[in-house]
Amino acid sequence: MKILVPVKRVVDYNVKVRVKSDGTGVDIANVKMSMNPFDEIAVEEAVRLKEAGVATEVVAVSCGVGACQETLRTAMAIGADRGILVETDVDLQPLAVAKLLKALCDKEQPQIVICGKQAIDDDANQTGQMLSALMGWPQATFASKVAVGSGKATVTREIDGGLETLEISLPAVITTDLRLNEPRYATLPNIMKAKKKPLETLKPADLGVDVTPRLTTLKVVEPAKRSAGVMVADVAQLVEKLKNEAKVL
Amino acid sequence: MTILVIAEHDNASLKGATLNTVSAAAKLGGDIAILVAGSGAAAVAAAAAKVAGVAKVLVVDAAAFADQSAENLAAQVVAVVKAAGGAISHVLAPATTAGKNVLPRVAALLDVAQISEIVAIESADTFVRPIYAGNALATVKSADAVKVITVRTTAFEAAAAEGGAAAVEQVAEAGDQGLSKLVGRELTKSARPELGAAKIIVSGGRGMGSSENYHNVLEPLADKLGAALGASRAAVDAGYVPNDYQVGQTGKIVAPQLYLAVGISGAIQHLAGMKDSKVIVAINKDPEAPIFQVADYGLVADLFEAVPQLTAAV
Ligand SMILES: Cc1cc2nc3c(=O)[nH]c(=O)nc-3n(C[C@H](O)[C@H](O)[C@H](O)COP(=O)(O)OP(=O)(O)OC[C@H]3O[C@@H](n4cnc5c(N)ncnc54)[C@H](O)[C@@H]3O)c2cc1C
Repeated sequence: MKILVPVKRVVDYNVKVRVKSDGTGVDIANVKMSMNPFDEIAVEEAVRLKEAGVATEVVAVSCGVGACQETLRTAMAIGADRGILVETDVDLQPLAVAKLLKALCDKEQPQIVICGKQAIDDDANQTGQMLSALMGWPQATFASKVAVGSGKATVTREIDGGLETLEISLPAVITTDLRLNEPRYATLPNIMKAKKKPLETLKPADLGVDVTPRLTTLKVVEPAKRSAGVMVADVAQLVEKLKNEAKVL
Repeated sequence: MTILVIAEHDNASLKGATLNTVSAAAKLGGDIAILVAGSGAAAVAAAAAKVAGVAKVLVVDAAAFADQSAENLAAQVVAVVKAAGGAISHVLAPATTAGKNVLPRVAALLDVAQISEIVAIESADTFVRPIYAGNALATVKSADAVKVITVRTTAFEAAAAEGGAAAVEQVAEAGDQGLSKLVGRELTKSARPELGAAKIIVSGGRGMGSSENYHNVLEPLADKLGAALGASRAAVDAGYVPNDYQVGQTGKIVAPQLYLAVGISGAIQHLAGMKDSKVIVAINKDPEAPIFQVADYGLVADLFEAVPQLTAAV
């Protein structure tokens, strides 16, 4: 069984981004870039399924600029077998990525696609669901536990009220939540090995996909800042302030 | 122009998040229709018909919607949009785990973009949404014929649950896609208010140290304040509390009157979920903790001393 794992190159989660003064976006020049943390969880899950003998091949895919190659190498250092880069400088929105992934699924015929539930840059939380819709496949989003059987998977999902377990037929799309696993650190020998793994580069046109953005960003601004508060000396003062000043007790 | 709001419900009652979504819909200008797709959900349809500002309730009652699967619900929404022959300009759902599960699927089937977690509406095609954990706000304009949108409920007041008298209309069932099956649900049972609707939230982080401490120290305070309980990701990951307690960029977004952050450092991912609270209190033993930069009232103290004192004082 083949597993496809889409991985996105994003600003590292530890970086607090700055909005550009001209309001056109956030400044990502000279900022540390990493693999989207939810995608790391997705790669880890796929590699564990391979190690468990459930999957035979793990293919990592990234859509975006040339530098996404680094993200693919990271995925291969965790254990993906090969990488596919769909290279474009166009600002890719989730629908466009889902269409690129659909074209790759038609070609590669994976049984499972494991996506991160959301990218921490655009916070969209859409691509997995969209791909699943375009393929006419079932979806199991926000997964905290995945068990793959023959022709089906049982997935526990994190939902607002607690947990929900679904049984879905394969092929299917699964999206990861934080509790699914703890991704391993890539070891130096594995990082070296990853450099030799196959990496294919395609263009959206090779896949016959129109990636033109549907949404235009008119401006990007900083949110209103909270005005600085005060430090209180003790619990008594805190209670006094909450009662008489903030009037919330 | 009709704005279609997807009701969130459990076949028994209409979820409050739907009311906030109706308020967002009202800002778009147009007739508001609520779609209630459920199984044995007559009470939900009746409740939806009473919501102020709603013109019509579209009902489809069938076994296929018993579990609210994304596949069946999305197919139904798409069928309703297509049957309206261009009359539906917007499809809205709350940005809850349910809404986020279904709406991207709807958008892809309609071949349109989906716009996530809007916090403001500039016009019928222009919306404001947070990106980068809320560290930036993007204004986006959609060129699509149908705008498919999830709504951040904390950014819109709830519409009145009573006062409306919408017409109720049955719609044709799109059918069972047969793609997924519900095995079971483990829902957190609690007599406390829901995180999303609570006026006061008491939230604990890694500083709580253990599940026992979390419960023994924070619950008495929450009980006295009639508050909901929340947590940081670290507290959930460590198993102190269930996943649905997590507040943050990738958990729940809350905006209560009072948010008490106890033993929480204030990582950007946590702040993303609570910084729109009216009043923030932080109790942390580290004076340098970033949570103090957003707190209205900060107390540098050992939480194991301060919280019991606070419980006794309120
Ligand atoms: C992809 C991604 C998504 C994430 N999503 C979220 C999210 O949605 N929500 C979220 O919360 N986090 C999220 N995080 C995690 C986030 O980055 C932080 O790791 C997390 O919020 C830290 O939790 P904490 O503040 O409880 O723990 P810590 O950062 O360890 O802070 C514990 C605090 O407790 C204080 N403390 C300890 N003992 C005491 C005591 N006795 N008395 C008083 N104070 C004490 C310490 O001084 C410290 O400040 C995410 C991270 C990633 C990578």
